[in-house]
Amino acid sequence: MIRSFGPAEFTFLVEAARWTVLLSLLAFIGGGVIGMVVALMRVSRNAMLRNIAAGWISVVQGTPVLIVLFLVFYGLPFLGLRFPPLVAAALGMTVYASAFLGDIWRGCIEAVPRQQWEAASSLALKPAQRMIYVVLPQAVRLAVPPTVGFMVQIVKNTSVASIIGFVELTRAGTLMNNVTFQPFWVFGSVALLYFAMCWPLSVMSQRLERRLHAGRRS
Amino acid sequence: MPVVVAEDVRKSFGSLTVLDGVSLSVSEGELIAVIGRSGSGKSTFLRCLNGLETPDSGQIIVAGHALAPGEEALRALRQDVGMVFQSYNLFPHLTVGKNIELAPRLVKKIGKAEAADIARSVLAEVGLAEKYDAFPEQLSGGQQQRVAIARSLAMRPKVMLFDEVTSALDPELTGEVLKVMEGLSRSGMTMLLVTHEMAFARKAASRVVYFHQGRIHEQGPPEEFFGAPKTPELQQFLGAVL
Ligand SMILES: Nc1ncnc2c1ncn2[C@@H]1O[C@H](COP(=O)(O)OP(=O)(O)O)[C@@H](O)[C@H]1O
Ligand SMILES: [Mg+2]
Repeated sequence: MIRSFGPAEFTFLVEAARWTVLLSLLAFIGGGVIGMVVALMRVSRNAMLRNIAAGWISVVQGTPVLIVLFLVFYGLPFLGLRFPPLVAAALGMTVYASAFLGDIWRGCIEAVPRQQWEAASSLALKPAQRMIYVVLPQAVRLAVPPTVGFMVQIVKNTSVASIIGFVELTRAGTLMNNVTFQPFWVFGSVALLYFAMCWPLSVMSQRLERRLHAGRRS
Repeated sequence: MPVVVAEDVRKSFGSLTVLDGVSLSVSEGELIAVIGRSGSGKSTFLRCLNGLETPDSGQIIVAGHALAPGEEALRALRQDVGMVFQSYNLFPHLTVGKNIELAPRLVKKIGKAEAADIARSVLAEVGLAEKYDAFPEQLSGGQQQRVAIARSLAMRPKVMLFDEVTSALDPELTGEVLKVMEGLSRSGMTMLLVTHEMAFARKAASRVVYFHQGRIHEQGPPEEFFGAPKTPELQQFLGAVL
């Protein structure tokens, strides 16, 4: 029986989009926490930590997200670790986001002028104090636009989770298309919903940027 | 008992020898003006004195601290040695007051109220009491540099190092910074400053030191140093800058 694409069908997509939001949030939180560790390791004075972080960044960045996801969902069970699709997708996306955010934030930390470190050193601050009180606050300001830009990438990339059977927005779209055969309306709606999720992020980025800048002048 | 002792300090960057055996002893309350061509090693020498650069060999003792590797030893030394840079290097995300209070609070564990008192008093010393709540970018270059001096003073250092602190300033703003430094010197602070301000060196320095090719080529009290330079290199240098 062929259903036509109406309000109920659209609602189905909206409900699936909530899973996309949840997966995005999990990926951003997990990726953010590990990404912060990766960034700090990457700029550490310990060569081993630096190399581990650099290795992590290049290996993950050089691997398609889809393959990371396959590894977690199909590969880890061979090591006795079996996850439901949502958890597997969240783990895979966390790995992916950690490498990119780690690299973005490394760049922001390194973009703070060397003279700021030297001034803080000259005031006898400890290395961790230099980082926390002098460098990171300046790096955060630089990090807002690329970070929010990357959040948009995360939202869009959650669509790969559809391949391992997790019913998020893209998967819901293909399911709906199979019963309605109205790809224009179905995928048009899917695109619209992705846009509705990403657009606020862009707006937020602009606002934040303005507010951080205004904060310095107040 | 000298406050700063440097003995046969050597430093190379790769194959470039920047400090080629520098020895200098500075007594309490002295103001040493360091002059010389660009690239002669003046900044590197100053940076060795507070451990921003590590000499390859030689000995450095500042305010009773022997320069030794290791964070702990360096921090002990840096608590007694203030450094002011050509580019001010104020922390742009903090107000003037917070810039000054940061190190006393974190390093000396001084309470909030007391740190604020210190900040206000050092700001008054450099004539900027009313800028406590301003952000660095709201200040002129000369004011930023005076805040940088105040920030160093808040740690109550025994020695202050100044590396071309007026070189980035418009000529009409150098006077206010030089005046602050003169006052500091008069109040007894031991100071080493790399400078191109020959008139200031002549007027305020107790000794002038000429760096040439990584060595102290000639030094002496200002009248003698400027009035009767002995070496042809210094004569030529002074001929070019005066
Ligand atoms: N970190 C560094 N790495 C490589 N070369 C350096 C470094 N710092 C200074 N130099 C070089 O050392 C020489 C002396 O520099 P510097 O001490 O800054 O001289 P000055 O302050 O007298 O102009 C210059 O040729 C400079 O390029
Ligand atoms: Mg210099």
